Amino acid sequence: MSNTDTSTGRTSDEQELGAAASQLSTAPQEDAPNLPPALGVIGWARWFWRQLTSMRVALLLLFLLSLGAIPGSLIPQSGTDETKVADFMKRHDVLGPLYDKLGLFHVYSSVWFSSIYILLFISLIGCIVPRTWQFVGQLRGRPPGAPRRLTRLPAYTTWRTETEPEQVREAALVLLRKRRFRAHVTGDAVAAEKGYLREVGNLAFHIALIVMLTSFAWGQLYKSEGNKLILEGDGFSNTLTQYDDFKSGTLFDTDDLDPFSFNLKDFKGTYETTGPNRGTPRTYEADVSYSVGAYGKDKKRTIKVNEPLVIGDSKVYLTAHGYAPVITVRDGKGKVVYSQPVALLPLDSNVTSSGAIKVMDGYRDAKGVAEQLGFQAFFLPTYVPGNELASQFPALDNPVLNLIGYHGDLGVNAGIPQSVYQLDKSHMKVFKDAKGAEVRENLKPGETMTLPNGAGSVTYEGTQEWANFQVTRQPAAGWALGGAIVAIFGLAGSLFIQRRRVWVRAVRGSDGITVVELGGLGRSESAKVPEELGDLAGILYDQAPGAPETPVSDTPDPTAVPAESEGAEK
Amino acid sequence: MQSLAAATNENLANLSNTLIYSAMAVYTLAFFTYIAEWTFGSRSKISRTAAALTAKPAAGAKAPEVTVKNAGGTAVLERPKVVVRAAAGARDVPDGPGAHGGDVQGDLYGRIAVSLTVLAFLIEFAGVLARALSVQRAPWGNMYEFNLTFSTTAVGVYLVFLALKKDIRWLGLPLVTSVLLDLGLAVTVLYTASDQLVPALHSYWLYIHVSTAILCGAVFYVGAVATILYLFKDSYENKLASGGKPGTFATSVMERLPASASLDKFSYRINAAVFPLWTFTIIAGAIWAGDAWGRYWGWDPKETWAFITWVAYATYLHARATAGWKGRKAAYIALIAFACFLFNYYGVNIFVSGKHSYAGV
Ligand code: HEM
Repeated sequence: MSNTDTSTGRTSDEQELGAAASQLSTAPQEDAPNLPPALGVIGWARWFWRQLTSMRVALLLLFLLSLGAIPGSLIPQSGTDETKVADFMKRHDVLGPLYDKLGLFHVYSSVWFSSIYILLFISLIGCIVPRTWQFVGQLRGRPPGAPRRLTRLPAYTTWRTETEPEQVREAALVLLRKRRFRAHVTGDAVAAEKGYLREVGNLAFHIALIVMLTSFAWGQLYKSEGNKLILEGDGFSNTLTQYDDFKSGTLFDTDDLDPFSFNLKDFKGTYETTGPNRGTPRTYEADVSYSVGAYGKDKKRTIKVNEPLVIGDSKVYLTAHGYAPVITVRDGKGKVVYSQPVALLPLDSNVTSSGAIKVMDGYRDAKGVAEQLGFQAFFLPTYVPGNELASQFPALDNPVLNLIGYHGDLGVNAGIPQSVYQLDKSHMKVFKDAKGAEVRENLKPGETMTLPNGAGSVTYEGTQEWANFQVTRQPAAGWALGGAIVAIFGLAGSLFIQRRRVWVRAVRGSDGITVVELGGLGRSESAKVPEELGDLAGILYDQAPGAPETPVSDTPDPTAVPAESEGAEK
Repeated sequence: MQSLAAATNENLANLSNTLIYSAMAVYTLAFFTYIAEWTFGSRSKISRTAAALTAKPAAGAKAPEVTVKNAGGTAVLERPKVVVRAAAGARDVPDGPGAHGGDVQGDLYGRIAVSLTVLAFLIEFAGVLARALSVQRAPWGNMYEFNLTFSTTAVGVYLVFLALKKDIRWLGLPLVTSVLLDLGLAVTVLYTASDQLVPALHSYWLYIHVSTAILCGAVFYVGAVATILYLFKDSYENKLASGGKPGTFATSVMERLPASASLDKFSYRINAAVFPLWTFTIIAGAIWAGDAWGRYWGWDPKETWAFITWVAYATYLHARATAGWKGRKAAYIALIAFACFLFNYYGVNIFVSGKHSYAGV
């Protein structure tokens, strides 16, 4: 075998490997940025398609996609926080309208963002289809024959043996097949290839990406999401009008709402009482009874924070909890004009809450004039003297309700939607006592606050609890999850499996001794290829032991570095 | 009984603080010992790179004449050795000997530094454990704890590589430097005495999601350091190849680092190896978000930046997989991707508010 031809330059080197290394991957050929052809519409279309499905453009699109996602994380988005967007618009006269025009308040559904990912999507499909065919072709074909000079390969070994060449090839074929190589004999050598799962993984990954993107888009178009605050004992049925707020995708139809209803029987919250985690919820759950369809049987369930109630495509989540003091308001004559629980909004993790009580009609002041009443409510479920501003614990240990009373016009009839948790005080006057100070009192359950000048009274009767539920419907979530799982495994296969070729050549030399040569080539440079080659050589060497002789040449290749692990010596 | 438990927790929390400070002290010692390794190593005058680069043309023309053979005639036959060739056109520069530069004393200091790092790692690990026990949950409820766990994991990754006999001791100095910065930031700016976990965080998906996120961060970090060193080493080799003469300090440091090709390969392998795990992290996060908030993806700033990071690393892998973008260009993308990861970790918590902001600064 000893090859002393030193004139071979690098170019022929590469040409020679070219055939042997061909089709070791299905990555498309990258050609230089070719100029658009002057071939009319079809030529242009073809040129455009080639550009779109080239790796260079795929890179660019990927890059643009991440760049395009940035503004959405820095600028308030109407999809997540409408009020912040309104606030931003108010504060920025120039930027606001500009951002609005550019769709920067809804980046992820804007035209330009969508066009990036749709182009990426098309590029992806345009990339996968030809690669799949190419791969199928490779599976049908056979590994290419050995290059003329195996010494040119990244991993190489050789020895001389007295075993017949045919026997060596036969042994190599058996060995490689046992090692799950696809192997066959061509000419004087065995050609073998392994690691096709890499390509399978890579294709599976890219296809899974398409599945994920599609299910994601589908979910966005048909999704719906609504919130409902429910007091203990109250119920809800899944129709549009029952929601406190409701959002849906563009193709959503009210008929898509799953028909079901449920009642909140009981909310249970217990909290850690000591230690650094004091106040952390230990149990946080809602007992509900629910029924599916118009005449469904009542069933019982407990909904917890991470355990939603699942009905059809809908999921019912427990998202928040708070208190609703039961308030009774009497006018100057002692007539009850208002009596109901008022849900308050929690402000912190110890459920310090605030809200508003609005007595809209039925109330008359001391002089008998119809008027509206409003109370600003501030509530501490656990009041510790000295800490007036914040509750010290989330449970109802020592509840105190602080009220400030107003009278006048609540402004609810002005036609402008109003938050139920806030008072519009622009047309209201605060109640003042004889000294001119605001009337403001801390009430314990059962206590009554008297309004000045015979204006009536407010009683804090007791406390109910409420829970907030979010009902979401996100179709195709299962597909997205399936795609994600396939994507991970595909990715792992594509990154961790090395596709490689091994050739074993055995020829009789002029002195009658068989020369065995082994060469290995990986898709990318890897220490595993020489390691594996060493392993194979070791086993083959045992079957075709070396013939005694003096070394032909002992000058090792200066550019050659011995493999880190010489498998053959293990 | 209750107060006893509280006292135990308090003691554990204090113990944790003491341990963290002790770990910082030992890391500082390790830091100076690594410096000693580098200093002593600079005594050895090595210039393999230049030699390899200038000797190259002669070597390249020669065909590999490899007849590595059995020792003829004896009973014990030597098996054939595998000869490895670098890819055509690749620069064939040998790896440097490491920070100690072959200097015996430098090597001794290097070994001491590694031992100190192991010690500091154990102390820090105990500190994180005590912290976790004191709050009775996983130690990543806020940025202080996240920083502790993150640096512990990064050092753990480094030590695992060392235990696997990878040539990576040169990473010690940059690693310990940033661990000290990270811990310094944690105990001064980010310190949180104790923290409550909102109910949304009670999910085993959280444990899976955050622990893999921390691990990914640690590994991405190692990859990024290797990438930066690759860029330096590559410029150094380019300069030598084009006949330039780098400064003595650069020469001294660069000659001891692995060859740029090795650094490049190392950082690629690292980044590629954790990319599937990072993908999994994002998906686990989406599943958890689906259970906790009713939507698996909502373009929350944290989610968005996780996605941006993911796409950036995917861009890097593509750049590597296609011919024209190997080397420096791909390295820049890898660094941008890591910057995205860092921004997601610090920037989003500090500058942007979103659903994840309960994680607290
Ligand atoms: C969201 C979009 C995409 C992501 C996240 C992604 C991710 C990946 C990853 C992680 C790899 C493995 C890289 C490696 O083997 O080292 C890969 C390989 C590949 N991707 Fe993509 N990809 C995306 C889109 C595309 C598109 C649009 C194309 C086609 C234009 C494409 C073509 C390829 C090809 C040909 C390979 C294989 C390269 C090889 O065999 O070495 N990918 N992709």
